[in-house]
Amino acid sequence: MNVTREILHYMLQDAAALWPDRIAVEEPGMGTITYRDLEQLSGQLCQHLLVKGVRRGDRVGLYLEKSIDAIASIFGVLRAGAAYVPVDPAAPFARNEGILKSCGVAAVVAQQPHAKALSDSWASEQRPHIVALEKTGGGDSLRAALENEQVNASAAESDPAVAPNDTAYILHTSGSTGRPKGVVLSHQNAAVFVNWCRETFQPTPEDRLSSYAPLHFDLSILDVFLSISSAATLVLIDSKTAKAPKALAAVIPQQRISIWYSTPTALMLLMQADLRQYDCSFLRIVLYAGEVFPLGPLRELRKLLPGVTFYNLYGPTETNVCTFYRLPDQISELKESVPIGEPCPYARTKVVDEDGQTVAAGEMGELLVAGGSVMHGYWAGAESRADPFALDSAGERWYRTGDFVREDADGNYRFLGRRDRMVKKHGYRVELDEIEACLHRHPAIKEVAVVGVDNSVAGMQITAFVASPGALSIIELKRFCVENLPAYMVPDFFRFHAVLPKTSTSKIDYTSLKATLQNEAAA
Amino acid sequence: MEDIKSTIKDYILKEFLPGEKPDNLTESTPLVTGGILDSIATLKLVSFLEERYGIRVEPHEADVDNLNTLNDIERYVQSKLPNA
Repeated sequence: MNVTREILHYMLQDAAALWPDRIAVEEPGMGTITYRDLEQLSGQLCQHLLVKGVRRGDRVGLYLEKSIDAIASIFGVLRAGAAYVPVDPAAPFARNEGILKSCGVAAVVAQQPHAKALSDSWASEQRPHIVALEKTGGGDSLRAALENEQVNASAAESDPAVAPNDTAYILHTSGSTGRPKGVVLSHQNAAVFVNWCRETFQPTPEDRLSSYAPLHFDLSILDVFLSISSAATLVLIDSKTAKAPKALAAVIPQQRISIWYSTPTALMLLMQADLRQYDCSFLRIVLYAGEVFPLGPLRELRKLLPGVTFYNLYGPTETNVCTFYRLPDQISELKESVPIGEPCPYARTKVVDEDGQTVAAGEMGELLVAGGSVMHGYWAGAESRADPFALDSAGERWYRTGDFVREDADGNYRFLGRRDRMVKKHGYRVELDEIEACLHRHPAIKEVAVVGVDNSVAGMQITAFVASPGALSIIELKRFCVENLPAYMVPDFFRFHAVLPKTSTSKIDYTSLKATLQNEAAA
Repeated sequence: MEDIKSTIKDYILKEFLPGEKPDNLTESTPLVTGGILDSIATLKLVSFLEERYGIRVEPHEADVDNLNTLNDIERYVQSKLPNA
């Protein structure tokens, strides 16, 4: 396993050649799959897709619960030279349908009842090929679906050549225009990050990695590809277990997890179970990313897991992880917050002021990132308001993270806040403007302003201020939101006004609305 | 009997629907599928039920089958009480 690969599915091929009988993926309660069988099953899907007309550079949707079927599908799509487009099976169908249509997918691997609904949603002449799975779990449904529609063996094609710059996957994040934004990432974008992880965390085939994040979330890239490239075992955590503290804590001893990666929200959920009751002695590394880990709970978690090395990873979906910080053994050394750390070796970073001029160390500015892990761009038709890149005089593209940071004397960056109106809730990125765009479609709403306030006790809480001519029911508004948005984007609270307060320039006065909430919280 | 339902109704109105007219929250209003209880809110409700009624909610039980409406929750809580 000493070969460094720039093509993601070659990582599986290498592991299958060296360790065919080791367990590649374990899906608790549903089964396991060896490296040999995972390579074979993904190869079958690849052949199937090729025969059905999928070509290098195409997109293939994945509408699947996290499962062995889904992991095999990821590799099958990559091997066919296509990019996988994972959607959240728990999100509203219309949102997922919109994502798949805007990506112009050539095929979709979907479980029922979504496969049927997708099939009905396209006119027959435009319909992509749909691989329909009765359910997911253990890989059997994917196998069955492929056998039902067995492709002619004589039509078998050789795998297409794939280049490091080819798109490997498109992840959708909340977009400020009210439509999800597709972040287009190449094999190389992910591979430089995954290969750095291998050098830094040194996983071996004995390791067992948690797969906590859903597959449409960027944290899953580390889970899946670090585990597979190390011939380790990936342990899938289903969406139900992921939300239940005790069941989640029990996964660690039952599955002998040695490397854990999740958001701080998930780790704080774990702490709701009494972790001392669970044998966590196999655990050697805890990685977290996606949001700021409040220092109090982090200190407590360190105490509960002595001997475990903690890393804070930082990076928007657009850049993959681009800075890292290894926590000191004595967390009491940390005063205000945990730094986001120093740049990963494949990333270049700088901190600039509003005019794009580099600021002096110690001064606050926006973090810009360039280098091998940075996306090529957003999927066409989903551009953001502003250009996400800044060009320097040498013509290099720097991704503007929108995050304000400061470089400390020890060379570590410290996160200070967001430039725009994006907040993090339960580890998910939420564009407040997307919630507003949704509520604006409600026929009875005249004005709406959505505000996020981070409360040290309750975490991020989203409030929608609404002006409407008649009385509205909060229950009805929440139902309206959940039909159009993922559950984590439904506002926690609604407030009603005759008209919303305005600034002198006749814009909605967000500052005063936010101050109202903050004053109430402080009272 | 009515007592369980109204206690839980008051709790949900106070915690997750402040400002809502109590009459709008009926016995059959969908809570989980209606966007009122997300995963974190569900956890809070479960803690409340465990504390208030001295019951133990197994992780696999904290789902839409048992918690989607006030009727469901009342039925579930009653099934967990010792004299059920």
